[in-house]
Amino acid sequence: MAVVFEKTKALTDVPFHYCPGCTHGIVHRLVAEVLDELGVVGQTVGVASVGCSVFSYNYFNCDMVQAAHGRAPAVATGIKRAVPENVVFTYQGDGDLAAIGMAETVHAATRGENITVIFINNAIYGMTGGQMAPTSLPGQITQTSPYGRDTATAGHPIRVCELLSTLSGTALAQRVTVDSVKNVNIAKKAIKKGFQNQIDKKGYSIIEVVSTCPTNWGLTPEESMKWLRENMLEYYPLGVYKDIDAEGGDK
Amino acid sequence: MAEKVLMKGNEALAEAAIQCGCKHYFGYPITPQTEIAAYMSKRLPKEGGVFLQAESEVAAINMVLGATAAGVRSMTSSSSPGVSLKSEGVSYIAGSDLPALIINVQRGGPGLGGIQPSQSDYWQATKALGHGDFQMFVLAPSTIQEMVDFVPLAFEVGEKYRVPSMILSDGMLGQMMEPVEFPEKKDTAIAEKPWATNGHQNKRPKNIVNSLYIEPEVLENLVKERYERYEKIKAEEQRAEEFMTEDAEIVIVAFGASSRVARSAIKTAREEGIKVGMVRPITLWPFPEKAIEKTIPTAKKYLCVEMNMGQMVDDVRLVVNGRKPVEFFGRTGGVIPTPAEVLDQIRALAGKEM
Repeated sequence: MAVVFEKTKALTDVPFHYCPGCTHGIVHRLVAEVLDELGVVGQTVGVASVGCSVFSYNYFNCDMVQAAHGRAPAVATGIKRAVPENVVFTYQGDGDLAAIGMAETVHAATRGENITVIFINNAIYGMTGGQMAPTSLPGQITQTSPYGRDTATAGHPIRVCELLSTLSGTALAQRVTVDSVKNVNIAKKAIKKGFQNQIDKKGYSIIEVVSTCPTNWGLTPEESMKWLRENMLEYYPLGVYKDIDAEGGDK
Repeated sequence: MAEKVLMKGNEALAEAAIQCGCKHYFGYPITPQTEIAAYMSKRLPKEGGVFLQAESEVAAINMVLGATAAGVRSMTSSSSPGVSLKSEGVSYIAGSDLPALIINVQRGGPGLGGIQPSQSDYWQATKALGHGDFQMFVLAPSTIQEMVDFVPLAFEVGEKYRVPSMILSDGMLGQMMEPVEFPEKKDTAIAEKPWATNGHQNKRPKNIVNSLYIEPEVLENLVKERYERYEKIKAEEQRAEEFMTEDAEIVIVAFGASSRVARSAIKTAREEGIKVGMVRPITLWPFPEKAIEKTIPTAKKYLCVEMNMGQMVDDVRLVVNGRKPVEFFGRTGGVIPTPAEVLDQIRALAGKEM
């Protein structure tokens, strides 16, 4: 009988602990499929960051290191510099990457550190129970912005791809989402490009995935996808913000 | 026998690291340790190594974590305020059972403090460089030769027991020059690191370097297992120099720079007929309890000489355990005690006692 579907070998058999409607599962799957298709699982080292995805070290079938909150780019730098033949990726949330780890992120990018960064932006701190994130939208109600994010006192959300696209070391900065089959396919293509860039030694690649957090948003999975489309994509437009392969280099 | 060369402490330490196979250095500028980073930046690219000036001390120690997880010898260096910033990473290194070398060329504190030599990070190094139950292997050099010799030792012990190591130096040893000789035996790194996360190549199960354990019983068992290793280190790795202690009635305990001062005071006091000697801890953790214990039969009094407000004296008192009085003399803030000051202390103790 012809095999029409196979589970990617780059994922272990450990069941995901993620909530229903959370997009971590889809993104894990895409990263794993890309590692499989590029045939690099055996030489890959992943860096799990603090947040819901910290347990990703149990899910990916490659060597994994768990980093301190925000420090994944520094840990990845150490791994990559020690064994440059390794394929090294970080998997980071918005609190990790854009708040506590912003210095590590900006400097890894500006050094053109030859790593691939998967950035999950769901506008909230998931693991600690739904606090305001650096990417929480203006007016967004969270546990620590109970009256809605007031930009006068809590500042404005950070647009990470736009920010990193200004740095010469960034090879690819692309924002995607996984709310539809079409967008899942675009996301996979972007992730694959991010890893291919590393193999081709092109520098720092970041793929920002606009994601959901139904549990902490207080919405059903279906409502979450709707909220993502109607609110997040307006503030965080999808697209390629930097691609050194594209003509002229920048968008 | 290798030729002796005149070198500055910080540079000698850096050269020793390169010679024993540490080719991955991550650091950040801070006085009085910056010569280590500068030397590494000059030498490592020519040795096929990696010098990286990190964006912060926090990043530097996490780069060390990554490199050491990938299986190579790696180090970072800093001075007191910078070492505080590294404490998070050191705790993760300890919690992940990784070896790594951290250098602290101490200066006065707290806060930004000063830039002159100090020993006021003794507690930090031996009790709590970071959160959680853990220890580091801590060596205290007192000469530039020891700045050289302790580098391979720190790596070897750290790799054997999979614990972070620290060389607790100070601004005096970092900045002064002395003739040194480099060991003949070069790269002593152990080849087999089956725990390393450097790609399984589809030939072994995946490795995970991790310090997160949600189940309390699991975490407790891991910590207990680590403490069994600490007990082995305590039993096998204590080091101290015993100087004129055979008949010593006054036993000075001093490490690093202050032991140099104490040594000259002891020589003068001996000429005056005072039976004084010194135990110089070389390992600050494990604390050399055995060497202190050996002096109990002749000792009438102990005097701890430190460049702080009295930190190691706690450990001396724990060993002496009330059997003899333990006095303290120290200068702090970057002030180095003079031999005359220490001699006065010895004379006073001798006068009171004899």
